[in-house]
Amino acid sequence: MIEAVGLTKRYGAKTAVENLSFQVRPGAVTGFLGPNGSGKSTTMRMMLGLDRPTSGHVTIGGHPFRSLPNAPRQVGALLDAKAVHGGRSARNHLLSLAQLAGIPTARVDEVLGVVGLREVAKQRSKGFSLGMGQRLGIAAALLGDPRVLLFDEPVNGLDPEGIHWVRNLMRQLAAEGRTVFVSSHLMSEMALTADHLIVIGRGRLLSDMSVRDFISANSADFARVRVASEPPEQREKLTAALTEAGGRVMPEPDGALRVTELPLPRISELAHASDVRLWELSPHQASLEEAYMRMTQGAVDYRSTADAKEGLQPPPPAYGPLPDLAEYVPEPPEVPQRGWYVPPPPGREPSRAPAAPVAPAASVAPAAPVARAASVAPADRETSEESR
Amino acid sequence: MAAVPAVLNSEWTKIRTVSSTIWTLIAAFVVTVAMGAALSALLNSQFDDLPAAERATFDPTYVGFSGMVLGQLAMVVFGVLVVGTEYSSGMIRTSLAAVPQRGSLLFSKIAVAGVLALLVGLATSFVTFFLSQALLGDHRTGIGSENVLRAVFGGGLYMGLIAVFSMGVATMLRSSMLSLGILMPFFFLVSGILSAVPGAKTVARYFPDQAGSKIMQVVPDAMNSNPAPYGPWGGLGIMALWVIAALAGGYLVLKKRDA
Repeated sequence: MIEAVGLTKRYGAKTAVENLSFQVRPGAVTGFLGPNGSGKSTTMRMMLGLDRPTSGHVTIGGHPFRSLPNAPRQVGALLDAKAVHGGRSARNHLLSLAQLAGIPTARVDEVLGVVGLREVAKQRSKGFSLGMGQRLGIAAALLGDPRVLLFDEPVNGLDPEGIHWVRNLMRQLAAEGRTVFVSSHLMSEMALTADHLIVIGRGRLLSDMSVRDFISANSADFARVRVASEPPEQREKLTAALTEAGGRVMPEPDGALRVTELPLPRISELAHASDVRLWELSPHQASLEEAYMRMTQGAVDYRSTADAKEGLQPPPPAYGPLPDLAEYVPEPPEVPQRGWYVPPPPGREPSRAPAAPVAPAASVAPAAPVARAASVAPADRETSEESR
Repeated sequence: MAAVPAVLNSEWTKIRTVSSTIWTLIAAFVVTVAMGAALSALLNSQFDDLPAAERATFDPTYVGFSGMVLGQLAMVVFGVLVVGTEYSSGMIRTSLAAVPQRGSLLFSKIAVAGVLALLVGLATSFVTFFLSQALLGDHRTGIGSENVLRAVFGGGLYMGLIAVFSMGVATMLRSSMLSLGILMPFFFLVSGILSAVPGAKTVARYFPDQAGSKIMQVVPDAMNSNPAPYGPWGGLGIMALWVIAALAGGYLVLKKRDA
């Protein structure tokens, strides 16, 4: 059991963690989520007594970490995979940690086997990949067979097999009744691993609930409705009809409508009754990732801006207006294919954007109106995480 | 509470499993012995060309320890790396997460590394003495002569203390690069130069290396060196005060600051 009460950490004028209170219970995997720089690592360092809170306190099993008797036997932590002397072998690194807590040498070889590093145990950790470093860090955390485990971004740098392994390891550790606290900035990863979620942004608590509650609270179903573009007033007509019937309608950036609180057949009937032609009517579920992004939107510290590539790109060709990228799905052109093609624009799935040969721009531009219709395909790519 | 013997054991494992330990200690030994031997051989052949004042205060023991000027630098590197690599690698966080009692961690580390440096220092000191005396020919002295054993033993102590002083400084600065960047020029250049500048002399004789090296002199103010207002043990005491100050500073920094 980990308990934080009014935990606050300030570095000069910058507040890293502000008045954070939560509990981490045993027997469950608790995910600790937040964007980069939201204070996750600072919080974990305070849990381990590495950083001193400006105010408030955090205890593990009722004791502040610094006064825990034989800490390595009670708390295991992976903070930073690279926090290892590169000249020391993996085995010697673990051996020095084991000796601190009076853990027998045999246990060192045991955990090396558990994390799959037995073959490189005698090698200097300098040559380890990030994934191997993570495994070594996890081995160090498991060494003392502790009741409380803290992992800071444990899946960073791991291959899919490794991610799967970590996921199962966490769940297994929790099933054994241990307290498992895992930080991540990936909602999708946590949705698969964690039982409970603590979300912070800019050092403040945004959410503290079970994954089940988080899903039901944040992943509302909605329908995506696209109205025929001619005549133009149809969209308003349908919006009015749907709102009257009790639906909530939000326009999407590409001209479609996002409708909630009305079942799909009812939307179809209302459209039919008001004589509106539909080009798309598809069921969707907001992903947890989306819910998480919405939640932390105001709390993101590092946001990228569009890359205009000023002065780096040749001027666009002079044929008419370029097709709108958001709408643009290239059709297979009639011209003979060249031997190379551009990848689909970012944010698009390859399956929806068939390999587009770089045809002369002139031949794509006339095809654009057709391309608009092509996007009237049922798309449920936003459903993902609920299938756990 | 991580027991002190456990921490000592762990620190010993840490020290013996990195190659920098071996190399810096070997360097300290080889450089001190070789340079002392070379200078002894040289002075033996050119003794008659020395100025009269130096001939009058000729100190065969002190001549043998001439290599200490360079050898101590390897000890500085050893001391700095033992502490500094914990910070540069981030290992300090892993260590402190395992030993929340920061004082135990620091002093166990310094005890293990300090004892190791002291043992290597003593070995260096005795080997240097016997080899250099063998090369000094007629001008040699023996281990049984007055104050010679004290000087040879003191040479080992001096090397150990230099290493521990460096560990304290590295703990305060929390960086190998910064510590080496300050300590190396200080011991190699600044201290030596200032002790030759008339005005600064009186201050420079209280620097740790200037004060501590008096223990290696058998003849007072040997080889026409700066006369000092303290004796050999007084000098070593001054050096020990510097070491204590460095350790206290390091302890306070480790205790107060976030890791």
